[in-house]
Amino acid sequence: MTHPGTATPAARIAAVPEKIPVTLSVNHKPAKLVVAPWTTLLDALRDHLNLTGTKKGCDHGQCGACTVLVEGRRINSCLTLAAMQEGAEITTVEGLSRDGELHPLQQAFIDHDAFQCGYCTSGQICSAAGLIAEGKARTAAEIRELMSGNICRCGAYPNIIAAIQQAMERS
Amino acid sequence: MTPFQYTRANDVADAIKQIATDPYAKFIAGGTNLIDLIKYDVEGPSRLIDISHLPLRSIEPTSAGGVLIGAMVPNADLAYHPVIEERYPMLARAILSGASQQLRNMASTGGNLLQRTRCFYFYDTATPCNKREPGSGCSAIDGVNRINAILGTSEACIATHPSDMCVALAALEAVVHVIGPAGARTIAIADFHRLPGNTPQRDTNLEPDEIITAIELPPKGFSANYSYLKIRDRLSYAFALVSVAAALELDGETIKEARLALGGVAHKPWRSTAAEAALLGQRADATAFAKAADWLLHGAKGYGHNNFKIGLARRAIMRTLDQAARGTPQSISDKKIR
Ligand SMILES: Cc1cc2nc3c(=O)[nH]c(=O)nc-3n(C[C@H](O)[C@H](O)[C@H](O)COP(=O)(O)OP(=O)(O)OC[C@H]3O[C@@H](n4cnc5c(N)ncnc54)[C@H](O)[C@@H]3O)c2cc1C
Ligand code: SF4
Ligand code: FES
Ligand code: FES
Repeated sequence: MTHPGTATPAARIAAVPEKIPVTLSVNHKPAKLVVAPWTTLLDALRDHLNLTGTKKGCDHGQCGACTVLVEGRRINSCLTLAAMQEGAEITTVEGLSRDGELHPLQQAFIDHDAFQCGYCTSGQICSAAGLIAEGKARTAAEIRELMSGNICRCGAYPNIIAAIQQAMERS
Repeated sequence: MTPFQYTRANDVADAIKQIATDPYAKFIAGGTNLIDLIKYDVEGPSRLIDISHLPLRSIEPTSAGGVLIGAMVPNADLAYHPVIEERYPMLARAILSGASQQLRNMASTGGNLLQRTRCFYFYDTATPCNKREPGSGCSAIDGVNRINAILGTSEACIATHPSDMCVALAALEAVVHVIGPAGARTIAIADFHRLPGNTPQRDTNLEPDEIITAIELPPKGFSANYSYLKIRDRLSYAFALVSVAAALELDGETIKEARLALGGVAHKPWRSTAAEAALLGQRADATAFAKAADWLLHGAKGYGHNNFKIGLARRAIMRTLDQAARGTPQSISDKKIR
């Protein structure tokens, strides 16, 4: 086979591909969508399901603002396609509270004033939920290392670590 | 994003059948590199063939006493697998020093091998780049080349391979299992990635119609004396400027076997038989480590902004060998280099 390198748009494709049906389970509710194949999970959540709690920071895997849980594991929703997650259980920040009670991490972020502008916060909280489920971090240094995929441009890191430690102790 | 079609592969046979029908189609596994590159218009596939659901997710012992890792095993699962943690801790640490936990949860073992360079100009479609557009020129040679290669470069390209995992795999002498239209074959990790030469558009010797099914680790994991040291611009979530995988087998203080691979410095993980041979039968001390570093960096050449990498690599090699010899591998979370 030859190595085509980067193809020109014309060479790549004859006609604009059709939209495709995708069924997700988002925050324990079925969500049926019809999306263009190149729709990321992040865009599906925000633009198709109006779940705007999940933020778009960089759209390139470099900031963590788009972190959601897929089958309980934290991922960057900007670097996966909605179609690739067919049938998966997605949890966003909107799905963390239970029966009107804040999730322990949400409460801890309030208790510790763990945000300033708040743009990174939903990603931080979802990421921390994934971190706690993984059970690999105990010390503050380990939390910092395993939370390094979530950038906070306001620099609220010390309070974020304190909030996560509180939630970890109570979980 | 530029439009593309999306299909799913039902099994490995279906995947290679699908890719054979369309030269502009690409496999997608974790998506963490390919989707990024499509967004930047660096890659423009006509179709993505989703292989992420293929049943290539097991980690199994081989009859040779090694381990066979399915191509779809996520990087995080591999790093935290008890057999890998116990027998191949250098691989576990190399993986955990890369990217972020979110990305490691998504990234696949096969995709990690095939991630493309982070050369700034490769990403910037407004500039010439031989890797992206063969024959257009290399913007990095006379440009901002701080992150570029110092070894094995060519006039056409001075890009580095950015993977951490592959540096450990090179030191462990892993074997890549692939299947294509002509059947299955194996490729030694040393022969998998290529030097740029005058075809920098080709990163590896995998054919575009082949699929990686697994990575095989030989029995030897060097779990007693190893270290993976990664030097970067920030303490986490950044690519290596220089990284070193060092593994030793010691008899008292004498080196019986040595493996040494560098990351962040070349188009592939960098090894040298001369450097490893220079360590054999020697006392594990600074004199021997310095000799090995000289051999490993033999012919190293800076391009201006990256001249510092030569000295940095030399010190990193010596430090990593010392950590390995002492049995005190570099910690992932404690960032002090001791
Ligand atoms: C912000 C950021 C930081 C990062 N930092 C680091 C770092 O510090 N260290 C590091 O090592 N990595 C780092 N990475 C890179 C990351 O490790 C890779 O993107 C990842 O390993 C790629 O795997 P994937 O499964 O997501 O690949 P994909 O994006 O799915 O695929 C990559 C390529 O491989 C092909 N492919 C995938 N699987 C197969 C297969 N089985 N057979 C044949 N072809 C296949 C695809 O067609 C595509 O061309 C970083 C990435 C990001 C976004
Ligand atoms: S070093 Fe390679 S990837 Fe970078 S600009 Fe030159 S040709 Fe392109
Ligand atoms: S928006 Fe996904 S990581 Fe920044
Ligand atoms: S609170 Fe502003 S970015 Fe984190």
